[in-house]
Amino acid sequence: MMTEQQKRLIRVDLQLIAEMVEPGSRLLDVGCGDGELLDYLNHEKKVDGRGIELSKEGVNACVSAGLSVIQGDADQDLDDYPDHAFDYVVLGQTLQATREPHNVLANLVRIGKHAIVSFPNFGYWRVRAGLLFGGRMPQTKLLSYNWYDTPNIHFCTIKDFVALCSMLGIQIEKGYALDRRGQARQIGDSGMRFANLRGEQAVFFLKKS
Amino acid sequence: MLMNDQNGEIAATSVENSDAGKQVTLGTDEPLRLDCGVELSNFTVAYESYGTLNENKTNAILVCHALSMDQYVSGTNPITGNPGWWATVIGPGKLIDTNRYFVLCPNILGGCMGTTGPKEINPETGKPWGLDFPVITVSDMVRAQALLLDHLGIDQLFCAIGGSLGGMQVLEWAAAYPERLFSAVPIATASHHSAQNIAFHEVGRQAIMADPDWLGGDYLNQDGRPHRGLAIARMIAHITYLSEPALQNKFGRRLQDRDAVSFGFDADFQVESYLRHQGSTFVDRFDANSYLYITRAMDYFDLAERHGDGVLAEAFRDVETRFCVISFTSDWLYQTAESRAIVKALNAVAANVSFAEIESDKGHDAFLLEEPEFWKVLSGFLKGAAERYGSVDK
Repeated sequence: MMTEQQKRLIRVDLQLIAEMVEPGSRLLDVGCGDGELLDYLNHEKKVDGRGIELSKEGVNACVSAGLSVIQGDADQDLDDYPDHAFDYVVLGQTLQATREPHNVLANLVRIGKHAIVSFPNFGYWRVRAGLLFGGRMPQTKLLSYNWYDTPNIHFCTIKDFVALCSMLGIQIEKGYALDRRGQARQIGDSGMRFANLRGEQAVFFLKKS
Repeated sequence: MLMNDQNGEIAATSVENSDAGKQVTLGTDEPLRLDCGVELSNFTVAYESYGTLNENKTNAILVCHALSMDQYVSGTNPITGNPGWWATVIGPGKLIDTNRYFVLCPNILGGCMGTTGPKEINPETGKPWGLDFPVITVSDMVRAQALLLDHLGIDQLFCAIGGSLGGMQVLEWAAAYPERLFSAVPIATASHHSAQNIAFHEVGRQAIMADPDWLGGDYLNQDGRPHRGLAIARMIAHITYLSEPALQNKFGRRLQDRDAVSFGFDADFQVESYLRHQGSTFVDRFDANSYLYITRAMDYFDLAERHGDGVLAEAFRDVETRFCVISFTSDWLYQTAESRAIVKALNAVAANVSFAEIESDKGHDAFLLEEPEFWKVLSGFLKGAAERYGSVDK
């Protein structure tokens, strides 16, 4: 079990992901940033981790830290990988920045036996309130960019995401809505509306059905 | 008279060889069967080593040198008196720490620094091989290196590292002997020579062969030395090793030791003077025929064709080696796209690969120069690999 102190070391969605990953498994982290999750899983769970990262700074930081990371992007480079090459493929807070989220998702469940996706929920009540009452594009702690300089080009709500998975024939193994304080609540069939309002972000565990 | 000249030349050759450090005769039990079909027995490999091989022989790093380099990778090159070509990176307490690793660098087959090549004596004739030397390939070079490892009792390399032609050898190592290679760092290289690469080499070769002193490749048995041709080949190649901004920053249109152009064909510009210097110093340390053979080997290099029936990914199937592919933004000789193609092939078989493109304006030569970001990546990769290898220090 992780201690409270360890838990605080990594981003809240990554912490939830890390808890779910089996020790010693093979994992690909797409959009791995500076390698926070990979480094954590390498040390805590002896995971055989690889990463793809768009920014050169991120890649160089990862490789300099001894992590196996390549410079590349989710839209272009996932096609290269063979089916079921990894136990898990993780896409953390990156889906909304891809050009073709549907193709990326299809690739994730093809390459990994399981896919784990976290994304900011555009259905979150503060986002809705921001638009409804402020009349401006919403900005929250997770969505801190201005509309004109944001890399996030494909926002969705939890409901949208669930519908897309259904359309693509992707099975949702588990889903969690995380509130503003990082508290995770599993999303049940009946609690969808509530989760879509209360969840600032969501983490889904997927596989090809 | 001719006999005297030959003897004189032979004597000179062996004097040069005495500078070549460690040498071993390989292919004594069984000849090395070259790709061209010729069998080479009792051939010499000259090599240098730095650091100590540990008891279990698990701390060896093979450094593969590039076209115009040699085995003197660290310390002082006894022939030129200059620091080894990667002395900044390899040595006690350095990035590749020879207190920890046993670093091995052999002169490549076909080379001219003590390993068997066209300059050396053909035992059958007692004269330098010249063009009677068989055409060799990168694969032949690597198989000769594998025999050297057998001789030293090293089953598995912790790592093979090399840039340019050295990187090709590293890739060939991974495809031919994956079980003998825990990690691999191919730098500023490609899985095959492009038409442009071949074209530049052909111009260099033609420059050598057009020199009347080349004497049909027989110059070592006669009085000639194709210094002009070899110098021109080097000048052409040197341009390909630098980037346009690097040349511009270093020389611009500045004049050499004069205030105005001379309205003649002297080296008016600094860049001309620099290239002439590069050419003239190269001929003192390099054999023209060696240059022909090694550039040919590079042109013939095609990893996909040799190991993958034309599909690069197949060359890496079931390879468990950890890779770190590195390219430089301003390298137009072996561009990032070439490295990316290698990475794509490695991904296609889900191999363990890191890939970093380093921002640099120094062109292809960046891998030999001070590049802190490159060094950080290389150092981090080796550290991570050593952690997983676990037996470097045993």
